[in-house]
Amino acid sequence: MFNDHAEQVAAAGGFVPISLGPRPCRAAHDGTVTPTEKTELHWVACVTAIAKDGDKASFARLFRHFAPRVKAFLIKSGADESLAEECMQDVMATIWQKAHLYDASRASVATWIFTIARNRKIDLLRRYARPEPEALPWGPEGEPDQADVMALQQDIERLAAAIRQLPEKQRILIERAYFGELTHSEIAAETGLPLGTIKSRIRLALERLRHAMN
Amino acid sequence: MNGIKHHISDDLLMGYAAGALPQAFDLVVATHVSLSDDARARLAGFEELGGVVLSDMEEADLAEDSLERTLARIAGTPVREKRVEPSRGIFPEPLRKIVGGDEDAVKWRSLGTGARQSLLHIEDGVSARLLYIPAGQAMPEHGHRGMELTLVLKGAYRDETDRFARGDVEFADEDMDHTPIAEDGEDCICLVATDQRLRFKGLLPRIAQPFIGI
Repeated sequence: MFNDHAEQVAAAGGFVPISLGPRPCRAAHDGTVTPTEKTELHWVACVTAIAKDGDKASFARLFRHFAPRVKAFLIKSGADESLAEECMQDVMATIWQKAHLYDASRASVATWIFTIARNRKIDLLRRYARPEPEALPWGPEGEPDQADVMALQQDIERLAAAIRQLPEKQRILIERAYFGELTHSEIAAETGLPLGTIKSRIRLALERLRHAMN
Repeated sequence: MNGIKHHISDDLLMGYAAGALPQAFDLVVATHVSLSDDARARLAGFEELGGVVLSDMEEADLAEDSLERTLARIAGTPVREKRVEPSRGIFPEPLRKIVGGDEDAVKWRSLGTGARQSLLHIEDGVSARLLYIPAGQAMPEHGHRGMELTLVLKGAYRDETDRFARGDVEFADEDMDHTPIAEDGEDCICLVATDQRLRFKGLLPRIAQPFIGI
């Protein structure tokens, strides 16, 4: 037990030191995450199982959750039923093929899938291959730090909660922007959402990665 | 890359994350993000927003054999993609892709005064081009009918507002008249997206404008 010492000190009527270091975190200790703890972490575990073991059960789980949402997103973005179905299957197949490129310290699974769906949508509906930023030369090669993963996924849950609490009008505006219904100048980014936290978190992850590679 | 002083605006990053920008602007944003950790981290924040929108979608009905057909698309195990080597020249990958190489692969056309340009893409009056301004020379003075996004790739220029060097972006709209002058010592290369034709103020350039297409 990691707190035996503290208990002994307390029992002896002594002073219990307060640790200023990282909070004890189950995931950080043994390098694994417990999938049922958090929904986000459950999806991370699914993608990891696909990447490592080609696990079809994990893929089916991801599929059941995300495929209907990806298809709805494509329909909202202007695809008809059959094109949306076709395009969604393509997106889900890409998830299988690119699972090893997913980095849980830099994005949630939902976001990673969103970017794949968005790019495929531009391919199909606007007929051009969207220019993508250069891949980072330093990562993701090994396992991302589990504490980084936990921290980012928690920030993302906070962002999701903040969006769900927005007034209806503002939430619809954000959705419309991502369905491609607004031009960029109509997109107002000042929503008071905790995006800054995520930015700082990702910057930190980028710096750590870069440091580890140098 | 360190030392970037002029960053891209949130509305352009969000427009890029949403897939709502014209292709020419996508190219400038993707190239800038390749050079800036800050822009990369902020972009990740806006993509998380897209991930939340996706997660909150109402589920669409899938075709009955949707999962089976998706599995059929996946032949065998996940594909291991080769890591893309970072570009060693001055053009980041998204730009190198459209040019077909680095600086030495650009097909320049003279603008008459020692300055050169290369049109990379044009659609509905929205264009992306490379501009080459010899050291110490000025780009012809121009206002804007629409908006213009300039990214410096090599050398540096100054205009009425500030100094812009590699990785810096400058956004200008119709309210802005500026005269960029390349710094002495090194020729300046910029990637420029323009949403309408520029209106030159000098008489000769105005006559020449329809022919040179700037």
